[in-house]
Amino acid sequence: MRIDGKGLIDRTKPVRFRFDGKDYAGYKGDTLASALLANDVRLVGRSFKYHRPRGVLTAGSEEPNALVEVIGPKNQTPNVRATVQEVFEGLETRSQNRLGSLRFDLLAVNDLLWPFLGAGFYYKTFMWPRAFWEGLYEPLIRRAAGLGSLSGRHDEGTYEKAFAFCDVLVIGSGPAGLMAALTAGRAGADVILCEESHAFGGRILSDGGTIGGMPAGEWLAQVLAELEALPNVRLMLRTTVTGAYDHGTYGALERVGLHKPARPNLSRECFWRIVAKHAVLAAGALERPVAFPDNDRPGIMLASAVRTYLNRYGVSLGKRVTLFANTDQARAVARELMAAGVTVAAIIDPRPDAFSVEDCPVHVGGEVIGTRGRLGLTGITVRKGAETFEIETDCLAMSGGWNPTLHLTCHMNGRPRWDEDLAAFVPMEGAVPGLVAVGAANGSMSTHGALVTGHAAAVQAVQALGRKAPDLPLPEAEDRPYVLKALWAVEGKGRAWLDFANDVTTKDVKLAAQEGFRSVEHMKRYTTQGMAPDQGKNSNVAALAVLADATGRGIPETGTTTFRPPYTPVSIAAMGAGGRAEGFAPQRFLTSDQASRDRGAPMIEAGLWYRPSYFPKPGETTWREACDREVRMVREAVGVADVSTLGKIDIQGKDAGRFLDFVYTNTFSTLPVGRVRYGLMLREDGHVLDDGTSARLGEDHYLMTTTTAAAGLVMRHLDFVHQAFCADWQVRFISVTESWAQFAVAGPKARALVQSFLEETVDLPFMGVAPVRVGGVKGRLFRISFSGEEGYELAVPTRYGEALFRDLVARAETMGGGPYGMEALNVLRIEKGFITHAEIHGRVTAHDIGMEKMVSAKKDCIGKAAAQRPGLWGPEREQLVGLKASAPISAGAHLFVPGMEIHRETDQGYVTSVCWSPTLGAWLALAFLKDGRNRHGEKIRLVDHLRGIDVICEVCDPVFHDPAGEKLRA
Amino acid sequence: MPELIAKSALDGRRLTLGGLTLVELDPGPITSVALYPGGAKLAAKGLKTLGLTFPPPNTFTEKKGARIVWTGREQAFLMGVAPPAIEGAALTDQSDGWAVLGISGAAAVDVLARLVPVDLRSSAFPAGRVARTQVNHMNAVILRTGDHELEIMVFRSMARTAWHELEGTISMVAARQAVKI
Repeated sequence: MRIDGKGLIDRTKPVRFRFDGKDYAGYKGDTLASALLANDVRLVGRSFKYHRPRGVLTAGSEEPNALVEVIGPKNQTPNVRATVQEVFEGLETRSQNRLGSLRFDLLAVNDLLWPFLGAGFYYKTFMWPRAFWEGLYEPLIRRAAGLGSLSGRHDEGTYEKAFAFCDVLVIGSGPAGLMAALTAGRAGADVILCEESHAFGGRILSDGGTIGGMPAGEWLAQVLAELEALPNVRLMLRTTVTGAYDHGTYGALERVGLHKPARPNLSRECFWRIVAKHAVLAAGALERPVAFPDNDRPGIMLASAVRTYLNRYGVSLGKRVTLFANTDQARAVARELMAAGVTVAAIIDPRPDAFSVEDCPVHVGGEVIGTRGRLGLTGITVRKGAETFEIETDCLAMSGGWNPTLHLTCHMNGRPRWDEDLAAFVPMEGAVPGLVAVGAANGSMSTHGALVTGHAAAVQAVQALGRKAPDLPLPEAEDRPYVLKALWAVEGKGRAWLDFANDVTTKDVKLAAQEGFRSVEHMKRYTTQGMAPDQGKNSNVAALAVLADATGRGIPETGTTTFRPPYTPVSIAAMGAGGRAEGFAPQRFLTSDQASRDRGAPMIEAGLWYRPSYFPKPGETTWREACDREVRMVREAVGVADVSTLGKIDIQGKDAGRFLDFVYTNTFSTLPVGRVRYGLMLREDGHVLDDGTSARLGEDHYLMTTTTAAAGLVMRHLDFVHQAFCADWQVRFISVTESWAQFAVAGPKARALVQSFLEETVDLPFMGVAPVRVGGVKGRLFRISFSGEEGYELAVPTRYGEALFRDLVARAETMGGGPYGMEALNVLRIEKGFITHAEIHGRVTAHDIGMEKMVSAKKDCIGKAAAQRPGLWGPEREQLVGLKASAPISAGAHLFVPGMEIHRETDQGYVTSVCWSPTLGAWLALAFLKDGRNRHGEKIRLVDHLRGIDVICEVCDPVFHDPAGEKLRA
Repeated sequence: MPELIAKSALDGRRLTLGGLTLVELDPGPITSVALYPGGAKLAAKGLKTLGLTFPPPNTFTEKKGARIVWTGREQAFLMGVAPPAIEGAALTDQSDGWAVLGISGAAAVDVLARLVPVDLRSSAFPAGRVARTQVNHMNAVILRTGDHELEIMVFRSMARTAWHELEGTISMVAARQAVKI
């Protein structure tokens, strides 16, 4: 229920929202949890395994129970913590992990079966029959135990990724964080202050108090006003720092638009990578529950959360509240509730020496040993010495002390240190380089301690930055000692929950120890304690204490599991923002792209480039018809193809020829100016890296061509060779792939077509190159062929590419030719036996492809020595051959000797490229076959188990078309 | 035959949104100047005719419409003018290889902070600085040309992707500005 006059919510701005189909009212500034509690909705979820009714336990991101689904117009987000989600007009939410309604969950039958469902039950129970595990048991268990559901659709919401840089990153905006930010900010350092919640102030918002002689809220407002005015301070609200990584990099998740109705272009979340020279961890501490029997009913909540709901949201959880706590500090909530007019039924303090000054029954030395109320708390049982009694109550506030929020300090493998006085782990100094934990996160539990340590860490940081620390007086604040008697679990009848999120009880931990899982890491995995969305924030230390007790060891000896990133769940959509669908990689477009699409060409991706697959004509119903026509067109008339995607590297300098001799197997220093040569390049390990042609444009000037896919790879290789082996050579190179639009013109009428474009007639020999002028523009003409026909490649600066392509195609059509796509290009080169990366796939040598003679004996080159190792040449190698067949065959098929058994050991080779050849009227393939060059004329059996193909082929030379090369030299 | 028609990568596209302007720029000629070993002195002579010197790493300088931009180890791009005779260096025409986008506005840096992994704020990246880095998955050269102005050079073939990503990011930054978060 709402309490008048309390809370920091904006009561002038009511909002309506829905939960499980029912309308509710809340205010701006409410979380879903506070608004539901204000509406007396205590039951908000069902537990993971037993489907126990559950209510809100905390008021922060550590919430294990109140997980809901948020339904948006385009999204359905499961496992949203109701304690974090702010309400807004039209927010639609739903409870999760239930069968039926939340009040009558059919799977609650699990809770009756609990004696059979303890830790590891499924390891023991579902042993037989073995095959049933995957098909039956696991799906059933997964259905019965779980979290929220997904929509099954793509998440098309807007997400952002961003980078930020600062001198000092302050994590948390409680007194310690504010003091650190103010100190560093005044010193002039670049500061980023991240606050997870939707308002700055941390516990100040919940606890009030006085700082510097004024109400803490006033001090907070003053500090915030100053920070906002400082240009060097960036305040980031709703931003959780989720991970600490190398070199001062921190991951952080900002909730950008999740607290508002969806708007176009407003991102839901932003995943930040923040690089900070120094970091101050002021994340505070998390209060821990006590494991007493049936401590998981709706209405049982952490004392600090009860206080937050009262002071920050103006909500009381009940009309008769009980407090069960083992620290002096926790008493404040009882006093504040009484001051607000709420009845406090009793205070139960397990410490026998505790004081008793409150105006309500105080049971010193008492313990809660049981609770009642199916869907919400109605009463508790208290044991005090030998007597037990009942107390009627609808809200039990519990506290077992506090755990410093030290998670980030463990993200680089640092282990925390056990502090006996605090009965808690505290961060190990220097566990994350550059990060200092302060305030409660470092075990300084008073406000004074927070201010002092926050200030000191900032001073240390600004001095390390070479700045002068500002003269900043420390405001006075409360400095009461934090005294507690550790209380982890209360013995009694019934189950006492440790991990609410994964339904792990003290019995489970004891069972783990009893069954030999005594190591904390084993216990964790056996019981699943700490493996739920809250990652053990509420249960780790208590579970450890119970394990320590069960194994007769102390807590420091038992050790602890480590915390890993992220601190709170991070949606994959935020981390991968912008990377969905076509955002996955850049798209590279040719200058001819629009012209090709205008002609209806389907585009295929090749090395990020989009290239036309074929150019359909009216009446053609399959790609094969178009492809066959384009092949015949090139063989009989003329075809035009955009080959700008091939890598082009401009190489200059006195040592350019020498450099090419070094990277290519064959010699280029002897190539005359104006000529082109085919070159083969090896990796250092002797296998083929790439092939292509290089032209000598001038005495000290070459132009290398690479394949499309390996353009970047070859550039990297050249850079490596240059920097590692010959940095002092007079050679320089740079990619000019993007600078030139280049078009292949091939076919018997190619010369006529090309000549019609040139301002002066050029009579180019095969493998020649010359500068030309085309349509008023400087260009380059190469006479090279990848089709086996007389072929030219005409290059112009990229800006003229589209114009030249359209003009070339138009004129080609007049001559009975036209454009051809990748499919035809592939058929043409297979017919001619030219290789691509389908053949030089990384595991073949020059010997394998029949080019060992291209490895010059007169000089050394990269990969030459390694290529001569035994095993990389000889008859046992699979060598490039051609295959001819009269039935459809497939690439990827394997080769066998006819009559032999078909299995792995009898494998003779494999097929790399296949086509139907309209020129030869047969199916052709390029393949690698053991000792293949000596087996031309043999029959071989081609088997493709995937496609069900089994065909006898004839082995032949890989050059099917015009083996003498008369056409291309014409 | 008639003269070929020249086209830029994005036809000079322009976008204004949320106080930000994104526009395709015409950088004029771009020439890579790659110093040969021991060539620095000779090259300096050639550059002197333009009043320019070879730039130190991560910087660029301008003189009368001519700009020289550091782009890598012993490599710079001479932009805006046809190259004079320069000895001691390999010169390569790069004019058609790049698309150049200008982004201006108070939030220009906030836009790039979503795509570029280096600190581009004025304090770390003042006018006259250049970075060879990435725009999301694309290689890029980024120049700081003014207090609120930056230029982004990407491979010409990727210009549409660069535009798409910058436009999307500008929309997101503008949407953030429009609602007080």
